[in-house]
Amino acid sequence: MKKFIRYPLQIFNYALFMGLVGYFSLYPSYHHLDENQAMITFTLGHVGKHVRACVKYSQEDLLKLPPNMRKPMDCPRERSPIIMELKLDDKVIFSKTAPPLGLYKDQGIDIYENIRAPAGKHKLTVWLNDDVKVEGPIYQLEQEITLAPEQHLVIEFKSEIGGFNVF
Amino acid sequence: MKFIHPVKRGYLALETWFNLSFGNAWNPLYNLGTLTFFFFWVVFVSGLYLFIFFDTSLTGAYASVEYMTHDQWYVAGVMRSLHRYASDAAIITILLHMFREFALDRYRGFRWFSWVTGVPTLWFVITLGITGYWLVWDDLALYIAVQSSQLMDALPLMPASMSRNFLQSQINDRFFTLMGFLHLLGQPVILFFALWIHVKRLSDVSIVPPRGLAVGSFIALLVLSLLLPAVSHEAADITKAPAVLNVDWFYLNIYPLMDYWTEGQVWMLTLGITGFLMIMPWLPRKKTGQAAEVHLDECNGCEQCAMDCPFDAITVQKRTDGARWENEVVVNESLCAACGICVGACHSSNPFRHSQQELVTGIDMPQSSINSLRTNVESAINNLQGENKIIVFGCDNAINFTGLQSSSIAVVSFFCVGMIPPTMIEYALKKGADGVFVTGCRTGDCYFRHGNKWFDERLAGERQPILRKRANRARINIFRAAESDCKELRRELDRFQASLQQLDADHESVNEGGS
Repeated sequence: MKKFIRYPLQIFNYALFMGLVGYFSLYPSYHHLDENQAMITFTLGHVGKHVRACVKYSQEDLLKLPPNMRKPMDCPRERSPIIMELKLDDKVIFSKTAPPLGLYKDQGIDIYENIRAPAGKHKLTVWLNDDVKVEGPIYQLEQEITLAPEQHLVIEFKSEIGGFNVF
Repeated sequence: MKFIHPVKRGYLALETWFNLSFGNAWNPLYNLGTLTFFFFWVVFVSGLYLFIFFDTSLTGAYASVEYMTHDQWYVAGVMRSLHRYASDAAIITILLHMFREFALDRYRGFRWFSWVTGVPTLWFVITLGITGYWLVWDDLALYIAVQSSQLMDALPLMPASMSRNFLQSQINDRFFTLMGFLHLLGQPVILFFALWIHVKRLSDVSIVPPRGLAVGSFIALLVLSLLLPAVSHEAADITKAPAVLNVDWFYLNIYPLMDYWTEGQVWMLTLGITGFLMIMPWLPRKKTGQAAEVHLDECNGCEQCAMDCPFDAITVQKRTDGARWENEVVVNESLCAACGICVGACHSSNPFRHSQQELVTGIDMPQSSINSLRTNVESAINNLQGENKIIVFGCDNAINFTGLQSSSIAVVSFFCVGMIPPTMIEYALKKGADGVFVTGCRTGDCYFRHGNKWFDERLAGERQPILRKRANRARINIFRAAESDCKELRRELDRFQASLQQLDADHESVNEGGS
């Protein structure tokens, strides 16, 4: 084909190719949140309490055990599941019962949950139970929060501080 | 007319369009591999420049990228844009490369290795792009970092949560050193080896596109970089959740999906697609013909077949049969594509040899020996009638040419035009054909990679074995056609017949004038 036709066709093809590259490298924009929405992240890294307390072996029980396995206390490896709930204005926005991990159910769990919430003033209630021996919330937090649009609010459970950290 | 799958027909139409626009030599679809390498070179060189100014610290990364983008926009800013757009362009060429191999059924049989190794290579490219976006450390980077970490957390391999590292500035400069190492050294080295393995079963691999195509592509990238410079989002801030993100869909397409699917589902999708792509060459399996056989009695160890083999299946070793020649060739059956190009390369494939007995050549195809081809050519010519007797030599992997057969046209099929020894053309003319019409894959698109190229070079006297000068070129016509080019093939054959007629008429008039 004649060059004077071929060159414009090439320019057209290059323009089309670069148009595709340029467009999809930026657009369509992804709307991660709706207008006037904020993001709440609920997170924790925690190991539940043992499912039962340690029990002292009786002399009789100890004698039943092989000599190399005799020890004064019988402690379970299994941990309690962690039950958690997050409410915004008394409406549950996140709820989970996380069983302990591991073959012997003796490992901790990690939670990192993103929850979209409308901006504005809210009553935040969050509670957690990490002990099967106890009914209901063990750790609890209730507070007023004001969410700005596009704000990222983190609610972190930290056993070291004995509760929740909101930032 | 042979049925052509709509996907293949669509692809061939696209190829025709690019042939019109660029010509066969510059057709981007024939150069997708080399074009991808070219984009990698642009990424590499621009990346080196960016690294000079990039601050690999948590607090300095964003500021250094902003400096490059705005204060030094005329060099570093352009380099940044080239870096991004060349990476994006590479994804398009890789995807087109995959689509092409699929549409033309070039991913099964002996090609399984290149296909299977290509799939993880694509993932290496994508993960390299993802870590590149992390380094900017803007809102988008933080979003990707957290989402990637959540994906990693979903695997039962992680001892502790990665995602939680990004809360309350729990990451530090060492994180950036790690990311810098990954993106600037670790991942590129892995990619380099993946690419090396990907082309391991090919010989004479080109990683440089035609100069015109490279220049055109670079100018196009440059224009895009100047018109739409790559910019960052705002600096990463854990207290912010940006509502709108300008995601690079070539690399980051999986992240928005995570807002709708669980991490497990995203992994299932990703691994499912990967697994499916990896087993595609066996769905169903394509059988490769019998491998070439070496006949040492007729081989003088000239190595031409080893040089011409497009799949590195022939190696040279010291002579084992005590003959006076120094070397002999050995065929690796697992690599042989059964293209027969080695037969066309062998000097012993000359059909004028042993005319009264079986023709044995140095390297031959068991299922279609050079002796049987010579017999086919001879009997086909003997059956031709009328004037302008034409014999068509065609390749099995291009247009279906068997329909051309008529009382004055005979057809003989070869695995590839590269399998045709030039002396076979002379032989056909000598045995009574008025013309030899050779048709194979489109120029630049040989099914067996180099068949067309070697054939052309042999005819031009640039590659052994050559077509001797005394062969009448006016009686030889080469026409390259894809499966969809039936009309063009017929038209070209008619034109060739007319030219032969003219040639005969001219010849007669010269003879009459002479007498």
